[in-house]
Amino acid sequence: MKYVDEFRDGALARGIANAIRAEADPARSYRFMEFCGGHTHAIARYGLEDLLPPNVRMIHGPGCPVCVLPVSRIDAAIRLAAEPGVTLCSYGDMMRVPGSDGMSLLKAKAGGADIRMVYSTLDALRIAGEVPHREVVFFAIGFETTTPPTAVAIKMAERQRLANFSVFCNHVLTPAAMRALLTGAGGVPIEGFVGPAHVSTVIGMAPYAFCATEFAKPVVIAGFEPLDVMQAVLMLVRQVNDGRHDIENEYARAVTPAGNRKAQALVAELFEPRAAFEWRGLGSLPLSALTLRPAYARFDAEARFTVETVAAADNPACDCGAILRGLKRPPDCRLFGKVCRPEAPVGACMVSSEGACAAHWSYGRFREHAKANDNTRAETNEQVPA
Amino acid sequence: MTFAAKILKPRHGRLDLRAGRVELSHGSGGRAMAQLIAEVFQPALGNAFLAQGNDQAILPPAGGRLAMTTDGYVVSPLFFPGGDIGSLAVHGTVNDLAMAGATPLYLTASFIIEEGFPLADLVRIAVSMGRAARAAGVPVVTGDTKVVERGKADGVFISTAGVGVVPAGLDLSGDRARPGDAVILSGSIGDHGVAIMSCRENLKFDTEVRSDSAPLHGLVAAMVAAAAPHLRLMRDPTRGGLAATLNEIAQQSGVGFAVDEARILVKPQVAAACELLGLDPLFVANEGKLLAVVEPAGVDAVLGAMRAHPFGRDAAHIGTVVKDEHRFVQMTTAFGGGRIVDWLAGEQLPRIC
Repeated sequence: MKYVDEFRDGALARGIANAIRAEADPARSYRFMEFCGGHTHAIARYGLEDLLPPNVRMIHGPGCPVCVLPVSRIDAAIRLAAEPGVTLCSYGDMMRVPGSDGMSLLKAKAGGADIRMVYSTLDALRIAGEVPHREVVFFAIGFETTTPPTAVAIKMAERQRLANFSVFCNHVLTPAAMRALLTGAGGVPIEGFVGPAHVSTVIGMAPYAFCATEFAKPVVIAGFEPLDVMQAVLMLVRQVNDGRHDIENEYARAVTPAGNRKAQALVAELFEPRAAFEWRGLGSLPLSALTLRPAYARFDAEARFTVETVAAADNPACDCGAILRGLKRPPDCRLFGKVCRPEAPVGACMVSSEGACAAHWSYGRFREHAKANDNTRAETNEQVPA
Repeated sequence: MTFAAKILKPRHGRLDLRAGRVELSHGSGGRAMAQLIAEVFQPALGNAFLAQGNDQAILPPAGGRLAMTTDGYVVSPLFFPGGDIGSLAVHGTVNDLAMAGATPLYLTASFIIEEGFPLADLVRIAVSMGRAARAAGVPVVTGDTKVVERGKADGVFISTAGVGVVPAGLDLSGDRARPGDAVILSGSIGDHGVAIMSCRENLKFDTEVRSDSAPLHGLVAAMVAAAAPHLRLMRDPTRGGLAATLNEIAQQSGVGFAVDEARILVKPQVAAACELLGLDPLFVANEGKLLAVVEPAGVDAVLGAMRAHPFGRDAAHIGTVVKDEHRFVQMTTAFGGGRIVDWLAGEQLPRIC
């Protein structure tokens, strides 16, 4: 695959790993947070942790749109889908996410609600055209990456005079979440960010400037391929060693400093920030999500229907908040792997395959056992076979 | 009511096999059903056992341990690049028998058809099923037809059963993998699942990926002939893909696996489609591949026999059975790192970004 395989070259990776090992100061530790779930997934799927020296540690951030959506919004979507005459369209990875009482869109569908899995906003528009007697609601989620396609769908619905199409808007904002991480109780213990890739293709580089100017944290925007991540880690190590905190762009093949101005203008035309929005694991964050502007209220499901969002608390035993802040690791949570597993997630980090706990469970949990075995062998002076 | 239609005379006039549709009366057990069987199923599937026209097939003694299996086919869409529900039903059932080292002998087929289903499509499915059965040398010896009201099925569902005979002395079973054994895969993975997804709504690809649907009993016979005493077990990685199959065997045998991603063949167009949809080919279904666990002494013989067969041309030694109380399937990634290959949690769904 052109433009993919080049970034999965194991030999090149070992070269970068050697450079990281050579340049990382053994006297200090380097903790970098990858904000995006896509990076978390790549790190776990390609076993990148094995290639990094022990003093360079990756901390998995909150950048998975499925994980951070609070239970109350999922409940609201399920209630919307249960309204007579409503067809709810959702991206596939929201279908299994549990709301309250273990209910999910998949279960609601099995119970008779008209819920359709779509691959794009345009699928939802097409369905609206096909069933003019029904109210088609698109369950819009995601960071800055998925917001422009939602905006395009609304503009097309307006042009096509579709009277039965609306959007249940749950689009959230990356810089607001990064700020919350840096300003939260004690701040997150990291030396820098591997910055969002797809988000940055839309918003560019400037929105992260505060990380450097206010918090002295470097950001390296990186693509989702494993070599991208390795290269970004090397660039972050160099910044830390040099005492720099710049916003650098490893993903120059897709990200420009200014981003996609056309997409930005379209989003600004249709959406405005909400005063506050609840994030799973992070609590209520000011100006961290979008809602439709009053001029587009006829496409806003929250204005068209009575969408009740009843607060639903996360399980108090769940350590997602601490894990998302890098204060704890997935195996540190007492629910991890016991009651909380990908097939029955309790906390945000276990919800989608891109969450920190799900990635660790699905790809990396053997490391805990390997470590435990090594310790047992060491205690019993057992020889470890070569 | 089975395919025992010979003694009933069909209604006047022949079925319109080009534009006609299945009606509820075609499943009622009366003349309409007799006509459907006589004009659709008998010509497509006909053989001496079916021609007996009884409610059961009387079969000669098999001479050995019997292997029996049953399976249901609800694939959507019914027709896909490289196959259809008819040929798939034959291949799937033949393969379930073959994985025990059995020589498949006979199949049965039960059709549940939705009212209004085009007769032309039913003929296409029956003809494809007959062709696949003849090619595999495994006749459909008895069958059944039911018609349900419109909306109560998705076109056609097929249930099959299969009977085969296992050669004396051969004992292949999922609990027989032992540390040190080799893991051998017969070819590329993910072809069937991606072919199915490629023709679902709104997912047209420029490159056509064809299903690998195929009967594997010939390949298995060659492997048995080459190295029977060294074969521990075989399994076809269908739904859940290679990942589910390895995890199933790990559980059954109480072992772990260490596999090497670089040795697992994924066709470029399959890899590209999976990339686009955010799927992992390890979890995508196959219908013409098998995984074998083999004692080290038999690896060369098994690989040689497989590579000489058209369905095993790309056979590869992809890993080893290891001692592991946690029964993990560990994989060295093509990138040089390590990971586990876990069971899939629910259905593999596309990511949003």
